[in-house]
Amino acid sequence: MAKIEYLLRQGDNALILSQQLSQLCGKGPALEEDMALTNVALDLLGQTRMWLGYAGELEGRGRDEDRLAYLRDSREFRNVLLVEQPNGDYAQTMVRQFFFDTWHYFLMRGLLSSTDRRIAEIAEKSVKEVTYHLRRSGDLVVRLGDGTPVSHAKMQAAIDELWTYTGEVFIYDELELAMVEQGVAPAAEALREAFLQHVSEVFAEATLPMPDPGAYMQRGGKQGRHSERLGYILAEMQFLQRAYPGVEW
Amino acid sequence: MSKEWPLWEVFIRSQHGLAHKHVGSLHAPDAEMAINNARDVYTRRNEGVSIWVVKAADIVASSPSDKDALFEPSNSKVYRHPTFFPMPEEVKNL
Repeated sequence: MAKIEYLLRQGDNALILSQQLSQLCGKGPALEEDMALTNVALDLLGQTRMWLGYAGELEGRGRDEDRLAYLRDSREFRNVLLVEQPNGDYAQTMVRQFFFDTWHYFLMRGLLSSTDRRIAEIAEKSVKEVTYHLRRSGDLVVRLGDGTPVSHAKMQAAIDELWTYTGEVFIYDELELAMVEQGVAPAAEALREAFLQHVSEVFAEATLPMPDPGAYMQRGGKQGRHSERLGYILAEMQFLQRAYPGVEW
Repeated sequence: MSKEWPLWEVFIRSQHGLAHKHVGSLHAPDAEMAINNARDVYTRRNEGVSIWVVKAADIVASSPSDKDALFEPSNSKVYRHPTFFPMPEEVKNL
């Protein structure tokens, strides 16, 4: 059923990004940044539980949030490629976050009026958190972009590295088009416009050039075709569950 | 990096609180980041709170050695203390 698949995509995006941010715990450039990053990771994990929980209910095969998170392999994961990109340096972590937050924010805003009441409720809970995420990552993009020549160069390098992964969320396949048709999800075009608008505003303030919106975009994550990185992320994330399956914890 | 970051004092008014209370301090490069950090560190995002951040350097404190001159005179004049009045039940938060 298309809706289950759609819920998995939302849940997996939040889950994989949360997992990656969690790896930075204790490694942030400053104590306060460390707190903020792990806070965002926790927010995303909370959202993951809502998405995957609902997906499991609809599926009705007894797969709860834990089973979905820990017992699927990379081919069954539906996250976009952007979130499985490496943390890299702080510029890369923040640019990845900023691209994700910008899209995430407009998507959640769009999902507030979803015809699926449960989805609208999850979006309503998420939008408060995501608003903060977006404010924070935008602020840091400006600080680092308009900081020193070194921080500016690092931001530019991160943007060059990640821009090709920003388009996947706007390339709707049949499944997403069906969701739009049913009024469950917002259309891609409006989201993409809002995304490009916000990115260009923040980049202008950050003295960073706007990348080419028409550039070639990577895709495949939503259909389960991932980079090899996801395998490593999952191996670490799922180890305990796979070593001791079915344990209460 | 933290070496260049000044110290900020954080005051928070909780959801049902009447006044901002000092809750602690943190390092941040400027006020905006101090507010963001204070929210992450000290509020756990309780909705309906108000945060004040003040550069620690901007706070002037009374000196401990002045304690007697400042506070002793009032301590010895108990008739100044409003402790002899029964308060009606309806008056809250005085």
